[in-house]
Amino acid sequence: MSKIVWKDLGTPEIKSGNFVDLLVDGVPVSVPEGTSVLRAASLAGLSIPKLCATESLEAFGSCRLCLVEIEGKRGYPASCTTPAESGMVVRTQTEKLAKLRREVMELYISDHPLDCLTCSANGDCELQDVAGVVGLREVRYGFEGKNHLEAAKDESNPYFTFDASKCIVCSRCVRACEETQGTFALTIDGRGFGSTVSAGQKESFLDSECVSCGACVAACPTATLMEKSVIEQGQPDRSVITTCAYCGVGCSFKAEVKGNDVVRMVPDFNGKANHGHSCVKGRFAFGYATHKDRITKPMIRKKITDPWKEVSWEEAVSYAASEFKRIQGHYGKGSVGGITSSRCTNEETYLVQKLIRAAFGNNNVDTCARVCHSPTGYGLKTTIGESAGTQDFDSVEDADVVIVIGANPTDGHPVFASRLKKRLREGAKLIVADPRKIDLVEGPHVKANYHLKLLPGTNVALINTIAHVIYTEGLHDQAFVAERCEEVNFKKWVAFISQERNSPEEMEAVTGVPAGDLRGAARLYATGGNAAIYYGLGVTEHSQGSTMVLGIANLAMLTGNIGRSGVGINPLRGQNNVQGACDMGSFPHELPGYRHVSDTVTREMFEREWNVSLDSEPGLRIPNMLDAAHSDEFKGIYIQGEDIAQSDPNTQHVTSALESMECVVVQDIFLNETAKFAHIFLPGASFLEKDGTFTNAERRISRIRKVMEPLGGKADWEATIMLSEALGYPMDYKHPSEIMDEIARLTPTFAGVNYQKLDKDGSIQWPCNQAAPDGTPIMHISEFVRGKGRFVITEYVPTSERTTRKYPLILTTGRILSQYNVGAQTRRTDNVVWFDEDRLEIHPSDAELRGVKTGEWVGIRSRSGETVLRAHVTDKVQPGVVYTTFHFPESGANVITTDNSDWATNCPEFKVTAVQVEPVTQPAQWQKKFERFNKQQLELLAKAAEPERV
Amino acid sequence: MNPSQLVKMVNDISNFFVSEEDENEAIAGVSGHITRFWDPRMRKEIIEYLMNDGGEGLSTLSRAAIAVLEKPRA
Repeated sequence: MSKIVWKDLGTPEIKSGNFVDLLVDGVPVSVPEGTSVLRAASLAGLSIPKLCATESLEAFGSCRLCLVEIEGKRGYPASCTTPAESGMVVRTQTEKLAKLRREVMELYISDHPLDCLTCSANGDCELQDVAGVVGLREVRYGFEGKNHLEAAKDESNPYFTFDASKCIVCSRCVRACEETQGTFALTIDGRGFGSTVSAGQKESFLDSECVSCGACVAACPTATLMEKSVIEQGQPDRSVITTCAYCGVGCSFKAEVKGNDVVRMVPDFNGKANHGHSCVKGRFAFGYATHKDRITKPMIRKKITDPWKEVSWEEAVSYAASEFKRIQGHYGKGSVGGITSSRCTNEETYLVQKLIRAAFGNNNVDTCARVCHSPTGYGLKTTIGESAGTQDFDSVEDADVVIVIGANPTDGHPVFASRLKKRLREGAKLIVADPRKIDLVEGPHVKANYHLKLLPGTNVALINTIAHVIYTEGLHDQAFVAERCEEVNFKKWVAFISQERNSPEEMEAVTGVPAGDLRGAARLYATGGNAAIYYGLGVTEHSQGSTMVLGIANLAMLTGNIGRSGVGINPLRGQNNVQGACDMGSFPHELPGYRHVSDTVTREMFEREWNVSLDSEPGLRIPNMLDAAHSDEFKGIYIQGEDIAQSDPNTQHVTSALESMECVVVQDIFLNETAKFAHIFLPGASFLEKDGTFTNAERRISRIRKVMEPLGGKADWEATIMLSEALGYPMDYKHPSEIMDEIARLTPTFAGVNYQKLDKDGSIQWPCNQAAPDGTPIMHISEFVRGKGRFVITEYVPTSERTTRKYPLILTTGRILSQYNVGAQTRRTDNVVWFDEDRLEIHPSDAELRGVKTGEWVGIRSRSGETVLRAHVTDKVQPGVVYTTFHFPESGANVITTDNSDWATNCPEFKVTAVQVEPVTQPAQWQKKFERFNKQQLELLAKAAEPERV
Repeated sequence: MNPSQLVKMVNDISNFFVSEEDENEAIAGVSGHITRFWDPRMRKEIIEYLMNDGGEGLSTLSRAAIAVLEKPRA
């Protein structure tokens, strides 16, 4: 495959129904009104030299290269800033224009190093290209005068350099930081000849507010901002379009490769989820894929205190199968199960659940959505009939009011956050409901109209008060409710919600949010135009997580904010393929497509296709499996690409359950925390090493494509097939596309999905079937999937996890921009430059009371356990609330979290743990034990390659 | 499995449905949820816990809902 080069049309696409017709160099062209002459010329197949213009940024008109002549107009206007008009006659190539362009280029080159042959951008430099195009043959000014050739190079950022000597001050980087990313970290410092690009207040890139999204690097037309990987490895020679394996935004990328090595990941301008933007993780943090910690050979051992032994795939899989069979023979069919991965592909997830249902013969399959968005599935299925968000990401461009509840998009979903911030800068209003002052509350050119700083655990009380205000003040959409929703349930809900006890004034003491703010926010949501709700794990990871999702759906239906662009219910999914893993039947009660295992018609369809009898009863969820392990009823597990020993609550409960099992099979790219309790390790393949699809938070199915061969010799789907065959249930697939064809045959919402269509369309949003052959960007347009929308009563029930004198603070947990989930990937990249340990955020007043200062060690004790972290004193958290992340295993953040969970789905209550915090001088007991165990396991791993030990 | 965990789970479910004014619908809501989402071994255990061990810790609604659960074959 050759290198993919996108054609840059110069200025952004204009969406207009009115077209204007013009002639450019005699070529007739029709463009939407408002389109620049530069873009019109490009669309006509002509090319005008340019440097400061690029399609992803608004026209700036500074480089003076895209000059044209227009009949009837004086001078030589810049075509990038000149709108095309009907009847316009444009000339792009004349003798005069050629002379002007050559002279402009002469000035640029007179202050630019002439080191093209040794320059890292050689072969990929717009300045070099334009010099060639305009026919520059001499530079008359020499380098004797003042110049910038000795300007210092900033190499502080781990991923890219800033070489000021090569800068032409076109401002593309500055504008990309503003328009694309919305961080405003870059500026042009000084005037005239002294103008230079500056990060922050003349800081280094690393010390500035730069978030390393790479937008500036992508926009730079020279070698000024350049990936260090390109500097070190040279220009790539081929490209592969694929999908990021980090968060649920699912950005499309062009993996640029040389040989078998990825040189860089460039965000795909045609990617429908990201439109050419990226974040520091997807753009730069891919080095983990070839990290020295990768385990590339299968390993087995009898006991977890034994050294690992490297074996062939055949031996490892055969041993796993024999162990699973032995356990089932001894303890019963239901004594084993498995966990699918939200980091693996749809096809792989589908195969794992198929293996469990068909080869294990039970429904003990679950997935990491259990601990994140399972309440989304329950809540949205119950109210509107489909377990997925209602919109596409583009929808935010039409939103007038946005509520962000329990989500931190600038850290968790940065590329979506950039689009949201852009819309906010255009004037949309923002309501943030979050115990913490997240960055969206107040940032560069963004300020929330309301920050509802609620106490953790009071989401449902809050959403009820908003609904109460809207209904009792008559702000609801009566016509929508009458036409689209069930009348009986609505009346019951009205009787509940209109009670005074649900008013903001009555609930103020519960939520901690001033009643006036709540009334104002409710009125804004109901009357401010198109209103959209975006939410995250701050909604779902509560004892009332599902109730809160029901409440969100109630609110959207009440105000008619569903079924069109700019509105809707938007769960921001955590991992890249959480949506897909759920779609593929990873839950113990549902077959692919969210159909209950007791549904005879559906089950029989699968039985016919799979040629096996299926269990009609739900299986065990992850917490049920762990509880059953503690009772010696669950003895074997197959875990693909998940790390429950770090990510799941009450770590000690999880690890003792794993220790009690007789066969733990972990398939992963690293020896993760769970694998340290495993008996069989199967090497996983990173997203760069296989074909398949991911489904992002907007139901968008996108291809991932193999960039390099699997380091362990097999893609994950191939390993699952091997294991299934060894278990006596052969699967016959030659390529993941055949798995997708089977999914499409069995799942109505995927009926129209296949690899040919994905290759043609780029991506598809399900449902994609006969009724929606090109997919469905926005759902529930004329009716809900379940027919009429169903209002559900959402009584606020306080969590049983209460603060006391012994545990006076509430701990809530979250994520940070540079790290991802359990950190297994990002900890093995240079992202540790920004964040190398989990810290405990504590409010200054709580810190002072305890004599705690930033950087000092504090013990955090809950009813589940105790750990020690360094403190970070900040008013981002409110008094009474502390906060940490869980990216580093040694932190033991989940040693503290409890077994409390959502009533409907058992999603853990990560967001509310009563704790005490006090200064300490040494690590917690658990951390000492962890350190010893970790050391032992790494030593056992080191012996894996030694010959003939066992 | 640990009965106290099952008791907590079923009481949590009941706390959601307790706001249903019609008692029969509340009972149907809880029992339906358990039938739909619980592994039959867990259903069997909670039924036995109520029937054989007295069901200590179960709320009134939880008891009523478990009483109408169909005993799993397993």
